[in-house]
Amino acid sequence: MESVIDEIFGRYKQGRKEDLIPILQEIQEKAGHISEYSIVRLGSLLGISTTKIYGLATFYDQFRFFPAGKVHLRVCHGTSCFMNGSGPVLASLKEELGIEPGQTTRDGRFSYEVVTCMGSCSIGPVIEVNGEYHTGVKSDQIPAMIKRLKHLIDN
Amino acid sequence: MEARRKYLIDKVLLTASDVLPSEVERELQLIRRERVSIPVIYISSGTSSLIAGAGKTEAAVRAYLTEMETTSDVVGTGCSGPANFEPLVCIQLPGKNKLVFRNITEEKVDALLNAVFHNDIPDEDLVGQSGSKGFETWHGIPFIDDHPYFALQKRVILSNCGCYDPSSIEEYIARGGYRTFVKSIRHYTPDEVCEIIEKSGLRGRSGGGFLTGLKWKYALNTSGSGKYLICNAKESDPGGYTDRTIMESDPHRLIEGISIAAYATGASTAFIYIRSGSDKATETVRRAVSQARDLGLLGHNIYSSGFNLEIHIAIDAGAFVCGEETALIRSLEGRRGMPELKPPYPTTSGLFGKPTVINNVETLMNVPLIMKNGPEWFGSMGTEGSSGTKVFALAGRSRFTGIVEVEMGTPLKTIVEGIAGGVRDGKEFKALQLGGSTGTFITAGYLGTGVCFDELREIGSGLGAGSFIIIDETTCMVDLVRYYMDFMHRESCGKCIPCREGTGRMLEILDHVVKRPASDDAGTTLERFKGVMQLETIASVMKDTSLCGLGQNAPNPFLSAMNSFREEFEEHIFDRKCRSNVCRGLRTFTIDVEKCTGCTACASKCPVNAIYGTRLQPFFIVEDKCIGCGACHDVCKFSAISVK
Amino acid sequence: MQFTIEVNNRKINAEKGETIQSALNRNGILIPTLCRMRDFTPTGACRMCVVEVEGRDRLVTACSQPVEEWMKIKTHSPRVIKARKTIVELLLSNHPDDCLYCDRNLNCELQKLSEELNITERRIKGRKVKMRLDQSSPAIVRELSKCILCGRCVRVCEELVTATTLDFLNRGRRTHIGTAMDRDFNFSSCINCGQCVLVCPTGALHEKHNISEVLEYLSKNDVTRVIQYAPAVPYALAESLGVRYSKEFDRVLNSVLRKMGFDLVFNSGFATDIYIDELARSLLERRDAGTVAPVYLSACPAWVKYAEQHMPGLLGDITPLKSAQQIAGSLIKTHIAEKRNIRPEKLFSVSVTPCIAMKFEARRDGMTRKGVSDIDAVLTVMELSRLVRLFGIDITNVGEEAADVPMDMRSSSALLADVSGGYTEAVCRSLNHIIGGKELDRSVFRKVRSGSGFREVTLSVQGREFSFAVVDGLTSLSRLNALLSSGRKFDMVEVMVCPGGCVNGGGLSFSSTREMIRNRSKFIYQTEEAEAVAIASKSPALLSFYEKTEGFDSKGSEYRSLILTHYNRRDVLL
Repeated sequence: MESVIDEIFGRYKQGRKEDLIPILQEIQEKAGHISEYSIVRLGSLLGISTTKIYGLATFYDQFRFFPAGKVHLRVCHGTSCFMNGSGPVLASLKEELGIEPGQTTRDGRFSYEVVTCMGSCSIGPVIEVNGEYHTGVKSDQIPAMIKRLKHLIDN
Repeated sequence: MEARRKYLIDKVLLTASDVLPSEVERELQLIRRERVSIPVIYISSGTSSLIAGAGKTEAAVRAYLTEMETTSDVVGTGCSGPANFEPLVCIQLPGKNKLVFRNITEEKVDALLNAVFHNDIPDEDLVGQSGSKGFETWHGIPFIDDHPYFALQKRVILSNCGCYDPSSIEEYIARGGYRTFVKSIRHYTPDEVCEIIEKSGLRGRSGGGFLTGLKWKYALNTSGSGKYLICNAKESDPGGYTDRTIMESDPHRLIEGISIAAYATGASTAFIYIRSGSDKATETVRRAVSQARDLGLLGHNIYSSGFNLEIHIAIDAGAFVCGEETALIRSLEGRRGMPELKPPYPTTSGLFGKPTVINNVETLMNVPLIMKNGPEWFGSMGTEGSSGTKVFALAGRSRFTGIVEVEMGTPLKTIVEGIAGGVRDGKEFKALQLGGSTGTFITAGYLGTGVCFDELREIGSGLGAGSFIIIDETTCMVDLVRYYMDFMHRESCGKCIPCREGTGRMLEILDHVVKRPASDDAGTTLERFKGVMQLETIASVMKDTSLCGLGQNAPNPFLSAMNSFREEFEEHIFDRKCRSNVCRGLRTFTIDVEKCTGCTACASKCPVNAIYGTRLQPFFIVEDKCIGCGACHDVCKFSAISVK
Repeated sequence: MQFTIEVNNRKINAEKGETIQSALNRNGILIPTLCRMRDFTPTGACRMCVVEVEGRDRLVTACSQPVEEWMKIKTHSPRVIKARKTIVELLLSNHPDDCLYCDRNLNCELQKLSEELNITERRIKGRKVKMRLDQSSPAIVRELSKCILCGRCVRVCEELVTATTLDFLNRGRRTHIGTAMDRDFNFSSCINCGQCVLVCPTGALHEKHNISEVLEYLSKNDVTRVIQYAPAVPYALAESLGVRYSKEFDRVLNSVLRKMGFDLVFNSGFATDIYIDELARSLLERRDAGTVAPVYLSACPAWVKYAEQHMPGLLGDITPLKSAQQIAGSLIKTHIAEKRNIRPEKLFSVSVTPCIAMKFEARRDGMTRKGVSDIDAVLTVMELSRLVRLFGIDITNVGEEAADVPMDMRSSSALLADVSGGYTEAVCRSLNHIIGGKELDRSVFRKVRSGSGFREVTLSVQGREFSFAVVDGLTSLSRLNALLSSGRKFDMVEVMVCPGGCVNGGGLSFSSTREMIRNRSKFIYQTEEAEAVAIASKSPALLSFYEKTEGFDSKGSEYRSLILTHYNRRDVLL
């Protein structure tokens, strides 16, 4: 993991504070989460206090401090999907997985987050699972979906 | 490639005259696919199309062509039609009008292509033909332009969306793109450009409605070098997706708009600030910027005009508040996105302390058209105070969803009933909401209002950035207001007291109204009522004192709902009833004894053991214990359970 | 350019470019605030200073809006009062209800505003967001549930102290102030200077209290209770109790402390004289040995921790002398205890300072003897003030007494040490005396007494030149570094973290005005001039101590082990 981070740093210049968010985004994308190591190294690269970096990273939704699950679900909770029933879908997910949005299950299999408006308002609620889209999802379909995904992960 | 590039630059872009020599025009016609010798299959591939399965459709099409050894062009386009029609496939046989088909998922591909290639046009899934001069029309097939969804629109900004391949800068140039930009930087001064835009009456399309030309002039006249132009493509309103769709479908017109704007304001660096998670849009714009750079349209001393411009893409890290000007600037500087005091305004001191102009995507899309056709052309559309057109993203419970464009002044009724096709599933219209999570509700009586800044302000509403949410009888207004307040409270940056604490308290009070507490007596009813009165005080103070637009406008849905739907609130508070049967805490279920078979499925599902009965005899639900979760209703195979 | 604006239907004068608040304050209208700090640009976080400006839809913040000629302003209209009241009520609805048990009871900005705004009932109720209590640091306690997120501490830590230990974390209602990775204070880069405590409007940040401990020991009769106080404490105590200061106040304080129950009362200034004398001698030694790098002072514990964290390469150049408080502390538990036949375990040693970082310093390893700290408890001036009131001592009516030998007197140099530039002046005087130069005139030191954050002076004595630099507040450290890298040489560098020196320490009154701080320095200069002994090395108490105590002079090795310490690199997230 550290080599991934070092590689990213190699491509940026010293002391440019405006690069902070792009670098964090790259780390998030390539390493899956922001570790303490990356924050400390980032501090010396850009000349910013680690507190400031941590403060910035906790402000934005995109940054996670622990890895996501093997399967990551993005549930649309925009106005249209909300009106078409994404609330019960989220409640069902929470019950089935036992975690809040933004957390990861203890076994590391699942994590999910709430996003607003993917742009497919007439066929909502929409869930994206590792790149694949499911449309018109109903809350009672969730247990079966999770079961299927668990099977896929384990094999 | 190099030859083509040189050709386009020399023969097209650098030509001063508006009319091109005929041999050049013929070449461009080929690029525009107006003269084709082989069939062309257009597949719309924006995000909403992909969600509907357009990726698989494309794979199936290519597989078919390979298998059948047919030569045919396959082009991915942006979105043009309603999302209900996705995946949209458009087939152009040589010499004939395009045929548009809807909902072509992968399993329908083979049958469709078989039929069309044999000139046997199926009726199923056919939307219509799309005509151009010089092509043969199909007999007996309606024109899509006559479909009310298209007929009532005036697609000016969106004229290219869905018609061409957004990853081809050559096609864009063949359609007249970038010539306006080159002309502007070589033959007009920045002052003159500002003047033209001001004269056209273009007003900011992000909701504020400030005269764009005037804003540009402020920045231009502020002394100092290293100015910035930022295109705000943040759009993280729940329910808005215009900016993303535009960027996926016609990125080059946006880049041209940004370039002209940068020239007019004296900026040499521009940023496009895109919402996180819009991968397709980001990819499309990035590619387009790189293509523009390749053709020398960006960089140093562009086409010997002395103008330098670099465009950078910045992706937001996930915070709604960063759509606010000063918060956006802070985010670009690498700090927490907490808004700042104004004055100083960004046009005086913005990004890194330099004069900065921030414009919305839609505003910038208008700029190349105004420079090309003149300010009078733009002013001739729309109304006195609001020239031009407006793009909306139809959403909510409307029958057709998708992005649409109408002339300013068009009555809302036309959009709701004509273009959107009314409410889906035959339900009754309740209200319309413009402006997203900070918008007010417009009831049926006001649908005659025209789409323009002034008329909407008169009825206490506003244009907003493009959200157009249709609300029907199945939506509970109190629940909807609670949803918006929940959103605002999670997105509040936390800097100023009224917004940070106010949204939290308002959410709490609304929670008490929509949920059922453990005990329900007159005391708590009074508490609820007092709570709602408290809401009005907090709302008015939030509006009066919050630091930025988020806090100032967060109470709008609540205040507007109290104004127009007060009875619904009162029913929730006093009668503990939700007329739309949405608020789970307030509804109870009942079993129809005629239909119930006593299968016990519901009783075993009930989380609070509120259902009693003997096997094979009709069961009944104890109303006082019922928490309204609906689990029994979902599991009953005999439709015996319904809301009381 | 002057013009008139209309405020509350009266015409008042305003200057072009000033804010509404500034114009109002000059005309006798006070506007409340919770986030504004003087000398810092406004942030607009609290929204309390809103006023009504005719023609504007919304209320406008007076702290940031520049005045304009056409303005018609209402500062206390019903709309404005309703807004301010609701804002405070919103704050209170998420604030703990324990005013009576809070450290800032009767002295809290939120409490004051709530009373002024006539808030007499709880109208907004709801769940309170639970935040943590961080008591990990020996110097500063954080009670995050009382924090109103005004942001003052963040700005002070970043812009005034440059340690940048604190920042806002998370967003919305979950926002709280924290350190890197949200660690407890003791594991952060906090240098304990306490400047944040001085600006906090509520009880969210305050010093760690040692009052209960002191009270407990004061009631134990089988323990010898010893107390020492820094030279600036008498004035600061008088100021916080609201009594008029006089030159005899030192002796008044001795009497007060004895009445409280302390058996032995010492003046830390005695140890300051040791420090100054030793430092002057070490300067000479370094010069004779040809050392090029300057020697840095160790008197400021916050600076020492800062160097250990941020500039570990410098540690070899910081003088290994313990601070005055700690020198006194080690003498008390060894020599003085022995002389009086007291077993060190039966000795409770307290120190009163204007400094919060001294609480941390007392717990450093190297300041202990057989695992027990030399100084058992450190009290700030504010804590002492509370004790005086607790014991019902009427400070105007208590008589005067002398302190106990051997640490009963100090030179005036020791008093000077509590102001920035003071140590430099004191060392110069001692150095001059040791080398045998002519008596120095005080005007030579005008340059180090006040001015910008970075000051310097050169001392020429007997044909030799010594140069000194004064870094007043860590923002001037960069200037020093720039000069050093360009080749400038200094013999000694005095670094004080609190701008202005210890008279602006974290243990003094909250929200001291600029005038109050200036007056403290002014009094010190005035008193100093009037006192008899101006040179540390000539302090009779010190000379007598050296004479009477065998092995206790600057050459004795046992002595040196008592007054010297060591420094270690600290591994914290910076």
